[in-house]
Amino acid sequence: MLFKEVKELVFQEALIEWRLRYAINGILLYLISVIFICYLSFKTQVSGLHPNTWNTLFWIIILFTAVNAVTKSFIQLSQGRIIYLYTIANPLAIIISKMIYNSILLIGIGIIGFIFYSIVLGNPVQDTSLFLINMILGSIGFAAVLTMNSGIASKASNSPSLMAVLSFPVILPLLLIIIRISKHSIEGLDISTSWNNLIILLSINIIVITAGSILFPFIWRS
Amino acid sequence: MAQLKFILKNDWWKLLAILLVYYIVIAGMLIKVPRIAIVHESVRNQFFHVSMWFSMMILLTTSLIYSIKYLGKSKLKFDLIAEEFAYMGIVLGILGLTTGSIWARFTWGAWWVNDPKLNGAAIAMLVYLAYVILRNSIEDPVQRARIGAVYNIFAWSTLLPLLYILPRLTDSLHPGSGGNPGFNIYDLDNNLRLVFYPSIIGWTLLSVWIIQLRVRLGNIKTKIEEID
Repeated sequence: MLFKEVKELVFQEALIEWRLRYAINGILLYLISVIFICYLSFKTQVSGLHPNTWNTLFWIIILFTAVNAVTKSFIQLSQGRIIYLYTIANPLAIIISKMIYNSILLIGIGIIGFIFYSIVLGNPVQDTSLFLINMILGSIGFAAVLTMNSGIASKASNSPSLMAVLSFPVILPLLLIIIRISKHSIEGLDISTSWNNLIILLSINIIVITAGSILFPFIWRS
Repeated sequence: MAQLKFILKNDWWKLLAILLVYYIVIAGMLIKVPRIAIVHESVRNQFFHVSMWFSMMILLTTSLIYSIKYLGKSKLKFDLIAEEFAYMGIVLGILGLTTGSIWARFTWGAWWVNDPKLNGAAIAMLVYLAYVILRNSIEDPVQRARIGAVYNIFAWSTLLPLLYILPRLTDSLHPGSGGNPGFNIYDLDNNLRLVFYPSIIGWTLLSVWIIQLRVRLGNIKTKIEEID
């Protein structure tokens, strides 16, 4: 029952996004322009980035793009859509569907960003599969935290700036772990060195998703 | 006389708080402390920095419990208590950061070092300051209470790995990191314990007293608003 509802809601979300392509195109353009700005800014000073700088810069770009992409999931919801969703769906299904949809969106953004970033700024990653696994887990975590914070911020005035203020400190533990795993993948270390960190990343994801699913109905009700 | 009896019966913990804070300051400065390399006399800061940090965790956890209670029962008084506990937790957190920074200056040689514990502490403060901003940007009291409680619980659950799991995995100058336990037998001797444990209770009681006054003030404010 819940599963079917979630499936329908994810499908509906994707359909709306597909019909109003400007939103997703806007995000992609944002991502590409930011990467290009970084490329041009660094190009004037040094040739080739140090792998650590490459790594940090990449994740910061992804973080900012993710905040921009996910902010709209509750903040820009029209009053009519809210009432419509309120009457047809269970709050648990709504938050789970939004988290799934945003995870897929962020994985897509991450992969497109990675490809474009590698084209302009080079690709020092040695263990690409670890990098991608890390990106998938990280995107799920980002999506869960940001979706929940978007729901919280949508209830307050001056939401867009509040969204950033609320999300950044909460997302930092995730970001630190992701950057650490990503560093391992760039250095091409054996996967056994990253197991610990991957498990922590996964458990943070589980904590965030569970906390979000339990708490969301309280926000939705008001 | 009757008044004194009343105080002794109901407010004994306030007297205890006063006595303990005097004790922390006087005994903390005067007792014989073990000579530890590098740390030397600055180990006395433990009665301020470490114990303030401990009581901050106690206050923030209490705030979390009241937020959960609010979501269960929807009574605004729980929300007021949760809010005041969080505010007082922020005050202690900032004091803890300041005393820690002074301590770091004289033992590690810098006001701030790049260390998971220190960064975790700073991030925790950012989370709770965000909580304050969130509360201030919502007008309706019921809405504010509910959203505030949700953010409080959500933020606390993500802080858990940051404060307790991540620092233990990386090497650090700070005790309690890199697999070391926080307090070893050799860096907490009996003389230190004599002041350290009471100091946690002292700071916590003093904070609870301040919180009690602020909660009463808050209740009076809501009553006045109801009358108007």
